[in-house]
Amino acid sequence: MTSDTVLSRRPGLPGQGAVAQLACTLVQPLLSRVVRRIAAAHPSLFARLGPHQTTDFLIDPVELPFALHLRPDPLALVFRAVPRHAVPQVGATIRGRFMLLLELVDSEEDGDAAFFSRDLEVTGDTEAVVRLRNALDDVDGSIAEETASMFGAPGRTILARMRRAYANEPKGHATR
Amino acid sequence: MSLAELICPAGTPAALRTAVDAGADAVYCGFQDATNARNFPGLNFTPEELEASVAHAHAKATKVLLALNTYPPAGKVDLWRQAADTGARLGVDAFIVADMGVADYIARTHPDKRLHLSVQAAASSPEAIRYYCENFGVRRVVLPRILTIPEIRQIRKEIPCEIETFIFGNHGLMVEGRCSLTNYLTGQSTNMDGVCSPASDVEYLRHEDGSMSSQLAGFTIDRFSPDEKAGYPTICKGRYTAPHRSEGYYAFEEPISLNLSRLLPELIDAGVHAFKIEGRQRSKSYVRGVVSAFRQAVDDIRAGREARIADLVALTEGQKQTQGAFETRKWR
Repeated sequence: MTSDTVLSRRPGLPGQGAVAQLACTLVQPLLSRVVRRIAAAHPSLFARLGPHQTTDFLIDPVELPFALHLRPDPLALVFRAVPRHAVPQVGATIRGRFMLLLELVDSEEDGDAAFFSRDLEVTGDTEAVVRLRNALDDVDGSIAEETASMFGAPGRTILARMRRAYANEPKGHATR
Repeated sequence: MSLAELICPAGTPAALRTAVDAGADAVYCGFQDATNARNFPGLNFTPEELEASVAHAHAKATKVLLALNTYPPAGKVDLWRQAADTGARLGVDAFIVADMGVADYIARTHPDKRLHLSVQAAASSPEAIRYYCENFGVRRVVLPRILTIPEIRQIRKEIPCEIETFIFGNHGLMVEGRCSLTNYLTGQSTNMDGVCSPASDVEYLRHEDGSMSSQLAGFTIDRFSPDEKAGYPTICKGRYTAPHRSEGYYAFEEPISLNLSRLLPELIDAGVHAFKIEGRQRSKSYVRGVVSAFRQAVDDIRAGREARIADLVALTEGQKQTQGAFETRKWR
């Protein structure tokens, strides 16, 4: 089963041109560093992924100019920013506001509740998404804060501000 | 007054620790196989994880209940027996069982262990419950979600064991342990494989108008308009047309969650010993929020205060909640 990449490119989402490509280039070193750090700190995460260690996921924060391609293969980790006009064929797509996705990674939000409210959209291989969700949910601590801490006090301050702003945002139907 | 223990879900070791920290009196969990009714991908415990989790829970005076609440296919009982032996060796405090063969094995092999009768046994009459108590030494029954509080009060007078009722989460009213709807479409059994609507058979489709349909094994079971809240992709909560109903309608049940937070005093007064929170498949965020809310409410009641009731509707299916049959048999 593959996720419908035509839907991933649907009009209305930002990031179709040269600006998106530039943004991808700028964030890529950060993403590579983050994913290597998380994989090293939480090796048990991979066991819960089972056969979906080699599944390609598209993580799609709707307000950012790019999407994220994740293949959680411990032997060949992939986590890269991709412009929406050039997303690869993937097994599953997870779409929502950036902060919602971040809070889901940290279990600060409940994935089922976000799905019920239509803030979270899932297409493609549902089992792969469920395994990824359960694997991340078994991680103790905050992946977002670990990532922010890689950039010291400024990183932690930015994350705290983003979380405060997100807490005050209206919720519901954010993927449309 | 009954103890009003809070029995809380744990789908992973991290969720178990979250439940313990949030104030669970007991947590319930299962192995990564068909021996429990939440046999979902990436969920549940290895024996090694359970061993560490039992130690963690016991260090904080929290009990661990092991769900062995599915039915072994005929002649294939070894997996359930091994799970029971492992659970006993690791020191779980009780087993939650549905199948009489599993109950009998544990009663004979591990007679020092408590047996709780799962809701999957669908025992809703004093006669049925007494049968399990007399023949297998069952110490507690988890009642199906089809009884009113006066009925629970009456049952309590007629049975020799404790009563546990669901207070929050999935509102399943099918005859539990007997439902074959998933089996009908997917070939996998909720009751023997532990999978209701297996994720491998679920697909969500987004349509150009912003609506979303959910499919199970290729069959569309609901379609949600762009502004509509969604529910789980289970057949019992699907929306269908029929010769007499050209508009799609919920033929069996609606996507809605049980929330009995306002009925806790009445349930305690009726003799309920333990309150169960559904949701081993849910996140730590759900566990933290729901367990904390009910911990506070139960503590308020125990202290003779009016219970502070947190708003949990954001965590409910379809973002709707009901007191179901507990409030009135007229529900639906």
